[in-house]
Amino acid sequence: MEFLTDIALLLDSTIRTATPLVLAGLAGLVAERSGIVDIGLEGKMLAAAFAAAAAAAVTGNPWAGMLAGVLASMFLALIHGYVSIAQRGNQIVSGMAINIAVAGLAPTLANFWFHQGGQTPLLGDDARFSAIVLPFAQSAESVPIVGTIYAEILSGHNFITYLTVAVIPLVAWMLYRTSFGLRLRAVGENPEAVDTAGISVTKLRYQAVLIGGMLCGLSGVVLSTGMGAGFIRDMSAGKGYLALAAMIFGRWKPVPTLLACLLFGFVDALQGRLQGEDLPLVGEIPVQFTIMLPYVLTVLILAIFAGRMDAPKASGIPYEKDH
Amino acid sequence: MFKKLALTVAAAVLGAGASFAADFEPVLLYDIGGKFDKSFNEAAYVGAEQFSKETGGSFKDFEPSSETQYEQALKRFARRKADLIVAVGVGYSVAVRNVASQYPDVKFTVIDAIIDLPNVQSITFKENEGSFLVGMIAAMKTESNTVGFIGGMDIPLIRRFEQGYQEGINYIRDDVKLIENYVGTTPSAWNDPIKASEMARGQFARGADIIFSAAGPSGLGVIQAAKDTGKLAIGVDSNQNHVAPGFVLSSMLKRVDLAVHAAMTEAKDGTWAPGHRVMGLAEGGVDYAVDEHNKDLITDEMKAKLEEARAKIVSGEIVVGDVAGSNSGH
Repeated sequence: MEFLTDIALLLDSTIRTATPLVLAGLAGLVAERSGIVDIGLEGKMLAAAFAAAAAAAVTGNPWAGMLAGVLASMFLALIHGYVSIAQRGNQIVSGMAINIAVAGLAPTLANFWFHQGGQTPLLGDDARFSAIVLPFAQSAESVPIVGTIYAEILSGHNFITYLTVAVIPLVAWMLYRTSFGLRLRAVGENPEAVDTAGISVTKLRYQAVLIGGMLCGLSGVVLSTGMGAGFIRDMSAGKGYLALAAMIFGRWKPVPTLLACLLFGFVDALQGRLQGEDLPLVGEIPVQFTIMLPYVLTVLILAIFAGRMDAPKASGIPYEKDH
Repeated sequence: MFKKLALTVAAAVLGAGASFAADFEPVLLYDIGGKFDKSFNEAAYVGAEQFSKETGGSFKDFEPSSETQYEQALKRFARRKADLIVAVGVGYSVAVRNVASQYPDVKFTVIDAIIDLPNVQSITFKENEGSFLVGMIAAMKTESNTVGFIGGMDIPLIRRFEQGYQEGINYIRDDVKLIENYVGTTPSAWNDPIKASEMARGQFARGADIIFSAAGPSGLGVIQAAKDTGKLAIGVDSNQNHVAPGFVLSSMLKRVDLAVHAAMTEAKDGTWAPGHRVMGLAEGGVDYAVDEHNKDLITDEMKAKLEEARAKIVSGEIVVGDVAGSNSGH
């Protein structure tokens, strides 16, 4: 029984932990499928987390926070788009510039506005997306297994987590079932062909970058107003890079990316659970090793699958019309 | 009009002259957690504020954005011959040792580390004694017989909190289970409230009903998780009872404010002396917090037991265990 409870806990934690990863992973995916490498996920996530926490703190309204967060991320995405699309600049440099700028700018602005040393004020329950208990969750709890799954694992997450569940099929549908998605994928593989067909490469890429900015914004919003209750410097803690790794591991496809994010989330939950536990045969694993788990796994996975990477062919290459 | 202007100018000149001649201006360097972490660094800031309010003087402070800035910052202030440089945090140990030996005529006070140099004053705390008391509170309060501990970065200093906590729990009763977690092994572990809150949720779900966090700003995630799940958290360093009234059982106070205040005041008075100073329960360096936010959670009976234990620790009847190397830096 304790084993089942543990599994339920781990899965519950996995869903929470994976939410920002999935959103950022999909953001990176949409951008890269259009041929724009998006290493600035981390910075956009952090900017959105800050903007959301700041707006929610001032207005007391999480929706205002969400709007501000998404807009902040889209604004940065637009800058990245301008550098990479219009100016044909180096996309890695532009992305890293965003990461570094936000890491410094967010705490500075927070300090300037709130005078709390680079944090925003802690948000009250009304100013953040708190846990939503799904209907009948309480009564379902007594039903074995199915009830546990429903009440413990599926119920009690915040709004953005449920929104993410809807966003995943939406992004997949957009990419594979709409003409916009077809063009978007084509522009990442062979922009010349798209251009020859009389479709604007520039416009498509801007659209992709902005959609990515929106999704990445949501991942930041969930950090500071869903999972946490306020902005703290560097609170994204490498999740943007982890999402990028998940996207590569998921070979630029929505469902495998989702699975990769869930795997990372699960391993992270598992490492917390393993700390200080006496395991059969091996005994207690030192904290240093359990904390390494997610990273070791990332390196292993990337090393094993690196040979079979099928990145969008035009990814990272600025498109120049006249050559 | 003209007269007024002249007066202003005169006042400004006088003011500038006075500050040039006599003003003692100490420097306070925070660690990665940042000035208003509602915890360790904020306590240091409060101490310095207190000093400047009492003396009417000012102080300079600096918030590094990464560990690599520690030495640069120390050097910058040492080069300008600052009156006293107070560095808070065990992370400063190597940087202070390097810079203090280069600038032997500048006074340094370092908190949480021990550096044996003729111009360095080291102040450490017996966190294990304060943690012992909050461990007792947790053991007296728990209904599920399970309590949790969440540390920030896994370093001996934080292990010392856990050690005292564990002993305090066992002092009350032997049948309480302790679940422990550490957020990470790098300084970024102090700034990851999301991960800390996830760990706290895990511990609560596994049966813990009280969690003591010694994790700097990450600890805010633990308090948030306690609030979200209707359980209890124990704060650390500063009094964190107000962060989520009713959900913070108490806070293990580490009076960094007293240490900073004392160092600055002594340096101004000329009584500052290098060497190592330990602040434990007897010196008022550590304590547990009771205020209007948690007075309903701590009964008089509990207080009586706590005071009894305090007296025993002060008299030496109870010796709270320590962790080897917890002040030697890393």
